[in-house]
Amino acid sequence: MHLLVCGGTSCRASESALIAESLKRELEEKGLGNEVQVVMTGCFGLCEQGPVVKVMPDNTFYVKVRPEDAAVIVAEHVIKGRPVQRLLYVNPATGEHVSGSGQMGSFRKQIRIALRNCGFINPENIDEYIAREGYAAIGKCVSELSSADVIDIMKRSGLRGRGGAGFPTGLKWEIASKNQADQKYVVCNADEGDPGAFMDRSVLEGDPHSVLEAMAICGYAIGASKGLIYIRAEYPLAIQRLKIAIAQARDYGLLGNNILGSDFSFDIDLRYGAGAFVCGEETALIHSMEGMRGEPTNKPPFPAESGFMGRPSNVNNVETFASVPVIINRGWEWFSSIGTEKSKGTKVFALAGKINNVGLIEVPMGITLREIIFEIGGGIKNGKKFKAVQTGGPSGGCLTEHHLDTPIDFDNLVAVGSMMGSGGMIVMDEDDCMVSIAKFFLEFTVEESCGKCAPCRIGNKRIYELLTHITKGNGTLADLDRLRNMCNVIKDTSLCGLGQTSPNPVLSTMENFMDEYLAHVTEKRCPAGSCRDLMKYTIIEEKCVGCTACARGCPVNAISGERKEPHFIDQEKCIKCGACFERCKFGAVLIN
Amino acid sequence: METIKLTIDNKQIEVQKGTTILGAARKMGIDIPTLCHMKLDDLNIENKPGGCRICVVEVQGRRNLSPACITKCDEGAVVRTHTPRVMNARRTVMEFILSDHPKDCLICPKSGNCELQDMAIRLGIREIPGQEIAEMSTYRKDTSPSIIRDLDKCIMCRRCEMMCNEVQTVGALSAVNRGFMAVVAPAFEQNLEYSPCTYCGQCVAVCPTGALTEVDHTGDVLRAIADPSKTVVVQTAPAVRAALGEEFGMKPGTLVTGKLVSALKELGFDYVFDTDFAADLTIMEEGTELLTRLGKFLKGEKDANIPILTSCCPGWVNFFEHNFPDLKDVPSTAKSPQQMFGAIAKSYFADKINVNRKDMVVVSIMPCLAKKYESQRPEFSVDGNPDVDFSISTRELAHFIKQANIDFNNLPDADFDRPLGESTGAGVIFGNTGGVIEAAVRTAYELYTGKKLSRLDFDELRGMEGVRQATIDFDGLPLNIGIAHGLGNARKLLDEVRAGRSKFHAIEVMACPGGCIGGGGQPLHHGDSSILKARAKAIYEEDKNKPIRVSHENTYIIQLYREFLGEPNSEKAHHLLHTHYFDKKAKIIVRQ
Amino acid sequence: MEKLKSLADLEKVRAETQAKLDLRARDGSPEAVVQVRVAMATCGIASGARPVMDFFVDELDKRGISAVVTQTGCMGYCYAEPTVEVQLPGQEPVVYGFVDRKRADEIIEKYIRNGELVEGIIPVNYEKID
Repeated sequence: MHLLVCGGTSCRASESALIAESLKRELEEKGLGNEVQVVMTGCFGLCEQGPVVKVMPDNTFYVKVRPEDAAVIVAEHVIKGRPVQRLLYVNPATGEHVSGSGQMGSFRKQIRIALRNCGFINPENIDEYIAREGYAAIGKCVSELSSADVIDIMKRSGLRGRGGAGFPTGLKWEIASKNQADQKYVVCNADEGDPGAFMDRSVLEGDPHSVLEAMAICGYAIGASKGLIYIRAEYPLAIQRLKIAIAQARDYGLLGNNILGSDFSFDIDLRYGAGAFVCGEETALIHSMEGMRGEPTNKPPFPAESGFMGRPSNVNNVETFASVPVIINRGWEWFSSIGTEKSKGTKVFALAGKINNVGLIEVPMGITLREIIFEIGGGIKNGKKFKAVQTGGPSGGCLTEHHLDTPIDFDNLVAVGSMMGSGGMIVMDEDDCMVSIAKFFLEFTVEESCGKCAPCRIGNKRIYELLTHITKGNGTLADLDRLRNMCNVIKDTSLCGLGQTSPNPVLSTMENFMDEYLAHVTEKRCPAGSCRDLMKYTIIEEKCVGCTACARGCPVNAISGERKEPHFIDQEKCIKCGACFERCKFGAVLIN
Repeated sequence: METIKLTIDNKQIEVQKGTTILGAARKMGIDIPTLCHMKLDDLNIENKPGGCRICVVEVQGRRNLSPACITKCDEGAVVRTHTPRVMNARRTVMEFILSDHPKDCLICPKSGNCELQDMAIRLGIREIPGQEIAEMSTYRKDTSPSIIRDLDKCIMCRRCEMMCNEVQTVGALSAVNRGFMAVVAPAFEQNLEYSPCTYCGQCVAVCPTGALTEVDHTGDVLRAIADPSKTVVVQTAPAVRAALGEEFGMKPGTLVTGKLVSALKELGFDYVFDTDFAADLTIMEEGTELLTRLGKFLKGEKDANIPILTSCCPGWVNFFEHNFPDLKDVPSTAKSPQQMFGAIAKSYFADKINVNRKDMVVVSIMPCLAKKYESQRPEFSVDGNPDVDFSISTRELAHFIKQANIDFNNLPDADFDRPLGESTGAGVIFGNTGGVIEAAVRTAYELYTGKKLSRLDFDELRGMEGVRQATIDFDGLPLNIGIAHGLGNARKLLDEVRAGRSKFHAIEVMACPGGCIGGGGQPLHHGDSSILKARAKAIYEEDKNKPIRVSHENTYIIQLYREFLGEPNSEKAHHLLHTHYFDKKAKIIVRQ
Repeated sequence: MEKLKSLADLEKVRAETQAKLDLRARDGSPEAVVQVRVAMATCGIASGARPVMDFFVDELDKRGISAVVTQTGCMGYCYAEPTVEVQLPGQEPVVYGFVDRKRADEIIEKYIRNGELVEGIIPVNYEKID
């Protein structure tokens, strides 16, 4: 028998280590030390209910356990085999105690659809993919379904593009299928570029065949015999695994002519990108594949009409494709039963920032930010206070505490001033300055703008400069008006989605954290204490013992004072490096 | 033709399907401001990257503002071109553009003729908010023999890139770098000299700002005139007289030949001659060469080198040296009129007036920037002394005349000096596309058949179509003539020659759309192609009014052969009037 | 490889592979082995999964434990890389995080040999769809 004690950060904070100690002591006392092991584990993702203890092998789950509960768990459960009722998880819906984790419906917040094979199969072995129903969907398509049937299934499933904008996939396929041409193309957009996002890379590295199969299904649906995967050269492992997967699929005849004995032929090639964020925009992506400069052109014409080499092309993102074979295999009814009214299925997020369980998660649409951050994510690092979460990467917005209970789907996120994006989710705590956060994202867009249209090329740079100006304490109230106007005009006039969304981080932080902007501008103060230029180091006379440690450590000799006398920091000279603060053993250096 | 009804600024209009909002608005007399857009109607040239975003308008129902230049009219659309939202956006975008543009208008070569300056005036920009914290993008200045690139002034309108790649298919210029540092430059930001640039100057002809300008030689010319030890001889190309008047407010197409001569005399040139004289000389040489090759061809000789290609356009010569070096024996070996003039002036004429060639300065007034480079080719000099010392453009001459406070509009007409100022109508039409071959046909016909032409106007060789062809009956011998203007069109004919599929006996190529009248050194057309047409008309008018219209009847040409050269294609003529070509493919860094 | 020319061919591959995997995992089956899956996506490799995988391959062999060590994709536990899933015949797989050589050694000696769980277990926090 094993007693698993949650060692996740928030359970540790609520004394889970002590619980483990108590359990061990109790077991020793009862002479069970050798038969029953106490093991600390990672986070169960049930942080609100912590600390958590799980009894194996019978899967009993105890929540909100106190160290003093150790005795009763050992006496009752371990020895007598009777679960301790009062420590069981209460199902919030029914109010009943639930003993096994299997019965705890809401406990597992994640459902893995796009990631269904990631971490299970060997991505370099096609047989393992086939063993998990792989290529059954394309088999079903070519043997049982017409292309119209496939499009119908996709439309009914409610799947929307996972690349960011959320365009209905079935509809996209339908448009491409209706445009006649001698050649059509299926393009997989694997130009994942949001800072901190790696959903697509994980899928390609962990389950490349699911994407290949889906592209073939799409080819079957729209009448294309050629597929292209546009992948950034910075993803060498994903490229290698794709190459292996394509070779294996060709060897089996699952790519190539007359797939599974049908009339349908389809093959896939790779196209490498040099890693430009803007090439995630489909027209820019297509230009880049054609060997031209990766910059967008006006839409219409949409790629479905005139795409790669002027031919109708259907561009979908990796994660979208990864969801397709399952939908064909299990039916649209199953898929559309997951999620919200207008956003079906699941979404993969790369959870990052000031959060305990940084990682890749896949959650059903409609889950709340609170569930993601505080349950799956294990809460904020170091017990700090949650401040904001950025969704949608550099195109998205910063959401606050007020939005924590908003069910996440494409439309709700837009309604609260952010967007789904491709799935980056960056969590910020009280130490993060929101003006600096906006500046961080703008720095990225300035770097990644293609430079084609003036508002994006120059405007974003001007926003970035003005944000820098403000974080240095030089901003004025008039600057804030100007900032807002520039943001609105860039959104309103830019050529492609990059410029049309790049001011979002600024606008949403201005909307939700205006007080911070005002503090920077009117009080020349950074409330989060992160803008270096606005920090002021002073020495509290009463606390200073005159040990001279600070003065000796100051790299610019800004600190003066006699030995055993209070010291003084010359603000003119101070470069705000913080060396004095770190050296002072008496807490005499004050930062404000 | 399907039509569409829409409303612009509360007025209804019906337009053809496919019309842009800009096109529809212009039709109604609504002048939506544009910056990057440029359309040369009859030449089938349009630049519409949708990059500057100055032309944005509000289309009801669309989330963002739409660029009028590339947004097609939709049925029932309601468009408004001057709402406060539109005007604020336009102004803000203009402020962005200006914030990254040097403010040295006072000393900019484009001042007064700058589309950006005009737009700033039109939009009433009086200050650039935030200029004090705005970084400007700066680039290395590049000076080539013909063109100066000062890309600090580039606004990324991409017109030059479009001309260089789509129209000329030269491929010297393209957008490089990303975001704020994006700019149009040769590959790897090399100097123009190391690119396949032909110096055709079409980039300069369309640049809205001072980013691309010609190398100015007026200072050198002034110094030469001021030097009493120098005899300064000037020649003026045919296309100059049909365009110079525009710089002085005259209607496009006004012929100013007489005023031009007066002005040059006022400026202090010792002899004012006409490049048309050298054009007649070119016809003698090239026409004779044509007949010789034709004779060989008709005899079935292998080295006949038919078709013969004209060689009077230096941009074209550069183009085939770079792109078709394998065909370098195909073009006529005749030098261009500019160089023939220089060679004769510094030999025959210098002897005649008893001046050492080292004490003679030959200046040419050209509609062309490639002529600057041509005059500096080492093979066109004797012991380091160039046949043509300085080549200045029509624009430079206009500035020169203005600097000298000459009242151009009220100048009396004057006549060219003799002997090198006498010319025929055949020499004049060198300025138009099709003109060189028409002049050659006039002479070749009469020399070949021994008969007088009954008509001198070959309308079948005239026009603005990019590639034209005609068959001229040489007394039973059908002579197939091909004509191309614009290097992209020339490439099409050259590809046929290379493949051995060309049906032509002779091909005329001019690098610039419209021929020399649309040259890179002409007054700027600012996208108005009617100006080019007016100039072409004027040239044919001048031809019509000339008493002699075939080159071989030019009395001074006859005298030149009698006194000095002997006969066309004589050894002396070969030495002075013919050249050879080089393989410059290896010099193209981008391609190899 | 033979080309798969029909759905039946595909089903054959699926069934054979599945049977093989099942036998491997079933306790008491003659082909039963310990299965070790190392998350070898870029992030895993970057945090040291490769030497860990090598360690398992070499050490299991040296210590005479019949096992199959394979690579797999990202398991999603970025905060705990490298991650390794161990499945003993007849048992549910267990995922261990923060696996270095020391922990790998512990996993072999305690968990694989004796079925004793060791520190660093990552509880599965998602639903599978099969």
